Formats: sequence, structure tokens, C-alpha cells
Amino acid sequence: MTEAGGRLRVFLVDDHRLFLSGVRAELGERFDVVGEATDVESAVAGIRSTRPDVVLVDVHMPGGGGQAVIERVSPVLPEARFLALSVSDAAEDVIAVIRAGARGYVTKTISPADLAAAIVRVQGGDAVFSPRLAGFVLDAFARDPAPVDDSELDQLTPREREVLRYIARGYAYKQVATRLHISIKTVETHVSAVLHKLQLSSRYELTRWATDRRLV
Amino acid sequence: MRRTLQASTPTPRPRRLAVLTRSRTDRVLAGVAGGIGERLGVDPVVVRLAFVVLAFAGGFGVLLYLFGWLIGPEAPEGTEPRPAPGTETGVRQIVSVALVVAGGLLLLRTGGLWFGDAVVWPVALAAFGSAIIWTRTDESGRARWLRFASTLSGRPLDAAALGRPTRGRIAAGAVLVLAGMATFLVANNSQSALRTLFFAVLVSVTGLGLILAPWMWQLGRQLAEERRERIRSEERSEVAAHLHDSVLQTLALIQRSTSPEEMTSLARVQERELRAWLYGRNGRRAPAEGSARTLGAAFDQMAGRVEGIHHVPVDLVTVGDCPMDDRLTALIDAAGEAASNAARHSGAGLVSVYVEAAPEAVSVYVRDEGVGFETGNLPPDRGGIAQSIVGRMERNGGLATVTSKPAEGTEVHLRMPRRLSS
Repeated sequence: MTEAGGRLRVFLVDDHRLFLSGVRAELGERFDVVGEATDVESAVAGIRSTRPDVVLVDVHMPGGGGQAVIERVSPVLPEARFLALSVSDAAEDVIAVIRAGARGYVTKTISPADLAAAIVRVQGGDAVFSPRLAGFVLDAFARDPAPVDDSELDQLTPREREVLRYIARGYAYKQVATRLHISIKTVETHVSAVLHKLQLSSRYELTRWATDRRLV
Repeated sequence: MRRTLQASTPTPRPRRLAVLTRSRTDRVLAGVAGGIGERLGVDPVVVRLAFVVLAFAGGFGVLLYLFGWLIGPEAPEGTEPRPAPGTETGVRQIVSVALVVAGGLLLLRTGGLWFGDAVVWPVALAAFGSAIIWTRTDESGRARWLRFASTLSGRPLDAAALGRPTRGRIAAGAVLVLAGMATFLVANNSQSALRTLFFAVLVSVTGLGLILAPWMWQLGRQLAEERRERIRSEERSEVAAHLHDSVLQTLALIQRSTSPEEMTSLARVQERELRAWLYGRNGRRAPAEGSARTLGAAFDQMAGRVEGIHHVPVDLVTVGDCPMDDRLTALIDAAGEAASNAARHSGAGLVSVYVEAAPEAVSVYVRDEGVGFETGNLPPDRGGIAQSIVGRMERNGGLATVTSKPAEGTEVHLRMPRRLSS
């Protein structure tokens, strides 16, 4: 998908036009912003026709939000990567977008340089965990007594938990690698594994956790 | 009939609406009559009464209703076509429906589906009268009822407010209902005095029901609607009040502020507050002032305070939550001191606070990527660390560790056991 010049093609989906134009200006130097949309319908149509490398989706939007966009685009365009970008959300909404297929979640207060790095990382197939997402995930997997038939998908390894904890404390991947005396590649592997578990786990706790948050 | 069609066209309604769409909003049983009434531009009361009359024709009306229930899809939610305010069911419409019903009755009578002349015709007559009284006119049903009630109670009435057609219709309808009851009694005149008495009572009750039931139904629906509307508007005004107190005030402050740092911190404080209000953890709505009840809420307040004072963003991530107690208050005070130190002295653009409430202990990390310092060589102005952080934690049975290196930032780790091991 990437064109000859090597610039990544990025598509923006957000219902706030002001924010769209801001991000477009910030990313324009490093990426090809091939299109933008402000609602689910036009986003699905636009992504299908422009076939971007990375789609930045807002979590909350009229008509189903980022989750709806991902669920409708992924079957026809499996190579497109999604990065959820939002201002401040309920944990269950963020987890829902990740489970729909987004490869990461960052808040809109992220610096332009960090956002650019996140886009590159997502395009490369890695996961992008902001401190807040790491916190959500630790919370979701926190309940220790594992069900009897718990599969490996439903548990974080101690090492994965450690990595997530560092990210939640505000450490960048590189700093986590230094602190744990491992390579940055290993950090990325751990984080991708967590993302994988988050997306595929049928863990009862994940649903119960979301319900707790909404109801109790 | 032409008037009916004209009356129904001005309402913007989906073209594909079938004749037998069942109404969602206007229903006694399944909304069949409501749907037909809305479709034809006739008051559903008329349609309902037509069904009742046809039910006496050997149960044909019941069958017809069940058929309508079976094949009629429910109207899509929200798109319910409400009759336009101007849709008035005149006597002409009622007569049209009555004639159709009468034709149907004659047909069914020939076909043998019949409970007998002595039952069906009086019922039809009474239903016709009831329809004339109770169909929707351009006034609200309740207002009409109130006038009707005051007519009955003999109170002085404003002659201008009491529309002549209304009064005329009430009179005509009542006469028809009474005529129906009388016909029934005469036709069923039996030898037994007891049976006559029984019939008289039954017929009176039925007649009264025909006069009053549609009103009671409509009144109940109006009250329910009013109640819904009131709840909705209360909710709306609560949201409006909150947005006004918080968001609009902050936006005004941002417009008046001169430095970008101040704007950013105002925006962040507001974001934190609105976020807590919208998605309050575990359903709590964070109190704007006063003491927080849970650890998460208390840390939210602490972070907001530090941001407000030092104009440096505080990134707070919380895992787990628990109720507050004295020792956790000490923990939050120590964490607040650490965050203030980071905001004041480190020069970093961001303070990260991570809180994890595990069953055995609460861990807090306060971290910045600022200038840092030699831990063995504290600057004199940072002696606060010893007393307000380490001292406070140890006095309350906790632990504080400060990790820092010049140019590599500082991290303060606080740990407070949840229960004292006794």
C-alpha cells in the first residue's frame, strides 16, 4: 500500500472538524493524509476507496463510533491498521474499540511527535499502549482468581504485567526496555501479546468488569 | 373520504407504511387499531369501537384484530407518524366508518355470523354514540372532558370556550348511547323480573363504559406522556445546569486567560471534572468539592489540585479502587506532595501518577522526566521530601522510596498496606 516515496498513507476519522484540521496540519509533513471523514458512513466509504495504511479513529462518533468503522472496514480491507484516538473515554468503550481490532489507543493530548511514532508503530504491526490504556488493561485482567478452565489467553504473564505497569507509570517502550534490561523488540512482543489476549480472550472477567463499571 | 386523504398527506410519513402497521405509541392491546387509525387519518377510538361492534358479529371483530396483529409489523421506533395537530375527525369520518361497519355487519348477518339482532344493533348504536363523543377533535381530550365534566356538574360555563360542536356532539352521542341501551332492554324484554333487573344493570354499566372508557384511556395516556416529558426536561435542565456551572465558566476563563500554560491547565482541570461527571468510576458522580469517598475520586481531586496550582499537566492512571480511610488520606497527601515537588522543581512538562489498589496494599508511583537530583545530596529547598513524604508514610505504616538521578528524572514510590497485620 505504501507508495514509492515511502510515506505512509493515513486516513482520519473524527466528528470534530477543528480537531481534524489540527491533526492534518501536524501529520501533513510526515504522512500522506489521504482522506478524512466525520461520520461512520462516509468513513467506511472513504477508507474503502482510498485504501490507507493507517486509520486514526475517534472512539465516540454518531452512528456507532470507531468500533462500527473498524467492524465494517476490517472484513473488506484486512490490511488496514487502526489506531484509536480520543479525548477521554469510559474504559469499556476503549476496550470495545480494541476488541473490534484497533491496535492501540492514545489520548488526543498526545504530542505530535508521539502521535507520529504511534502511527509508524501501528503500521508495523505493533501495539500502541498509552498509560491510560495500560491502566485499563491491568484493571481488566486484575482479578486474580482464575476460572478453572482459564486458557492462556485469559491470563497475563507476570512479565507482561510488569511491562504494562511501567507503561501505566508513564515510561516509553525504550525506557521500559532499559529498566527491565531487555531489548525494545522484546517489549514490543510483550505488548503485542497483551493486545492479542485483549482481543481474543473470552475471559468472563472482561465482560463482568465492563458491566461493573457501567452499573455499580 | 377525500378529506380523510387530504388530512393524512401533510404529515411527513414513510411511504412504505403498510395499512396494517401496528402503532407503537397509541395502543390498548397491540396497536392494530392505533395503526389503522393513524393510517386512515381517523381517530383510533372510532376504529376500536368498530372492532368492538364487529366482535359481536359472531366474534368476527376478534378474528379480524388477531389477523391484524399477526400480519401487521410494528411501526419503526421513533418514526411513529403522529396525527398532525390539524387532523380532525369529524362526524363525517365517523359516519363513513359506521357505514362500512354496518355494511360488514349486514354481510356477516347474511353469512350467519351473528349473535342476534337484539344484541348487535343496540351495541352498534351505542358504539356509534360513543365514537361521536370521544373522537379527537382539534382540542385536547382532557380539555373537552373538563368542559364535559363541568357541564355535568352544572357549574357556570364560559359559553365561548365551550365550542358548540363539542356540546352538540356530546348531546348527540349521549342520546345514541342511551338509545342503544334502551333498544337493548326493549328487545331483550324477558318475562323474569330478576333477569330484567340484571340486564338493566349490565346495560347501564356497559353504556357508562362506552361513554367513559375512551376518556379514561386517553387521560391515562396523557398523564403518562406528561410524566415522561417532565422527567426528560428535568434531566435536560440538570445537564444544562452542570454544563453552565462547569464547562461554560471554564470556557469563559480560557477566553480571558493570557498565558498558554494557564489555558492548558484550565482545559485539563475541566476535562478531568467533566470526565468524572460523565463516566464516573463505578457510577459515582465525583463531588466537585468536599472529601471524596473512594481512592480513585480522591486521586482525581489531588491531581486536579496540583494542576490548578502549578499549571503542569498531571497524567493519572488508576487501577482498582477502594474506599477511603485515614491512612489512605495520608498516602494521598504524600503523593500530592510528591506531585507538587515534581511540578515545581523538575521542569518537566508532565507529571505521571500511577495508582494501583491491590487487596493487600495500595502502590503509588509519582514520576517526572525532569532535571532530577542526587538522592544523597538533597537541595535544601527540597527537605520537604523527608518530612512530608517519607516521614508521613512511615508514621502511617507505609513506605516511601525516592529514585532520582540528575537529568534522568525522579520517581517516588509510595506503598501503603491496606490492613495492619495484627
